Amino acid sequence: MKNEIVIKTEKLTKKFGDFIAANEITFEVYKGEIFGFLGANGAGKTTAMKMLIGISKPSYGNAQIGGFDIYKQTEQIKKSIGYMSQKFSLYEDLTIRENIQLFGGIYGLSNKQIEKKGNELIDKLQLHDEADKLVVSLPLGWKQKLAFSIAILHEPKIVFLDEPTGGVDPITRRQFWDMIYEAAHHGITVFVTTHYMDEAEYCDRVSIMVDGVITALDSPKNLKEQYKANSMNEVFVTLARGAKRGE
Amino acid sequence: MKSVEVENIVKTYATKKSKVIAVDDVSFSVDEGEIFGLIGPDGAGKTSIFRILTTLLIADSGSAKVLDYDVVKNYKEIRDIVGYMPGRFSLYQDLTVEENLKFFATIFNTTIEDNYDLVADIYKQLEPFKTRRAGKLSGGMKQKLALSCALIHKPKILFLDEPTTGVDPVSRKEFWEMLKRLKAQGITILVSTPYMDEAKLCDRIALMQNGKILKIDQPQNIVNQFGQNLYAVHSENMFKLLTDLRLFPNSQSCFAFGQNHHLTFKTETNGTHELEKYLNNQGHSNTTIKKIEPEIEDCFMQLMNFPHQKELIV
Repeated sequence: MKNEIVIKTEKLTKKFGDFIAANEITFEVYKGEIFGFLGANGAGKTTAMKMLIGISKPSYGNAQIGGFDIYKQTEQIKKSIGYMSQKFSLYEDLTIRENIQLFGGIYGLSNKQIEKKGNELIDKLQLHDEADKLVVSLPLGWKQKLAFSIAILHEPKIVFLDEPTGGVDPITRRQFWDMIYEAAHHGITVFVTTHYMDEAEYCDRVSIMVDGVITALDSPKNLKEQYKANSMNEVFVTLARGAKRGE
Repeated sequence: MKSVEVENIVKTYATKKSKVIAVDDVSFSVDEGEIFGLIGPDGAGKTSIFRILTTLLIADSGSAKVLDYDVVKNYKEIRDIVGYMPGRFSLYQDLTVEENLKFFATIFNTTIEDNYDLVADIYKQLEPFKTRRAGKLSGGMKQKLALSCALIHKPKILFLDEPTTGVDPVSRKEFWEMLKRLKAQGITILVSTPYMDEAKLCDRIALMQNGKILKIDQPQNIVNQFGQNLYAVHSENMFKLLTDLRLFPNSQSCFAFGQNHHLTFKTETNGTHELEKYLNNQGHSNTTIKKIEPEIEDCFMQLMNFPHQKELIV
């Protein structure tokens, strides 16, 4: 797993006027890894994530995503990643099948591939009865599982998940993580943010951002040892309590 | 007198094709001076209940009273004595911090100065930014301003709809400390949250799912009623452990729970001993099996009526 680097950043920085939202962020993420990207509100996570997925230009610094340069090759980056968030995942006034066709098309799959992969997805999630219903009629937990499946339909190198389990019930939240594990097992790198600290424990490695800077990066086990903490929640509280810029 | 009394409330929303039951025959009451929590995921019906109690929505059937005032007949009286912080930020984005607070004070015929002591603790943190427009505030500061505005007319009851959703663990902790101080000043608080770990900070809670209340009690009583032994299991390879535990014939339920997996047995006899042997055979090392006290989240999952349970068996 440690051989292939799929995300590499060097002093990646974003300034808004005098305000340094992300301050010289340097880290690497490996293929098939589940990487937890944690931080307090306002720490700069969203800013950093926007640069990584190619929709925000850094002020300075470098990064390669799936081997592509974030300045010059943003279009190739968009094709090699998947993205879902709690706030936006699917078009609610389209049916499940129409969402699959739309996103499959956007990600550049052929009609044949869309049909084949779409059917596999519907089989796997057992959504046969719902496939031609509007997404709006699905319970939130189902929506999120479907959104994740669609985000990896084109077998991206990396999938970015921005608080994917917010507001989801405790059992669905765990089923969602089963899907994350499975994707990682198939070699898809998972880059995930969450406010649930139990979910931080499920990551291979975790970074914690405070005031625009990555102040800790290691496996949950090592972080707990380093900060003499019993849980990732304690580690987080220890590090984030020092934050100067409150959101 | 109860601060809040809800009896057999039903609320449905009709769409073109179907009818959604948002609140399904819900009854509960909140005592004076209590922090009462509605705990549950999105779609549990929490917001509908808040909107009915704050007189912004009318139930299909059932009745509700706030400090003995009927939510339909006496809506004007209720609006004077409650503070409401909706789930979505609903202050005036193009007014400044100070203008917002002043506005809310004015419409309740009071002034910031009159009730300053009540909000001082929270508002002090905002004062350096009081000339900033509310729309330009960061999430945590918006939350503090919204709470200040809900408090400025000195309400008897505070209704807080998911005040900590999307908020990081440190800010959530601080927010609950603020609530404790408000409780100490005699304010009754009805609060909702999807975070199960916040349940134990309430005096009493109602666990909710799909419009129904699964259970109402003090958090510790709910934990005591779990009725089964619960074990935390750990080994070097946690992912394999989850699969293996689910395949263990004597496993009744098994969920990932942060750094451990939580497990209940079908039968207790020789439970841990047999499991140890089984896990050894599966090649696990550094295995620990420890009996633990359930958390509210364990209880919630036990109570959940979950139609897709079968999927958990891999």
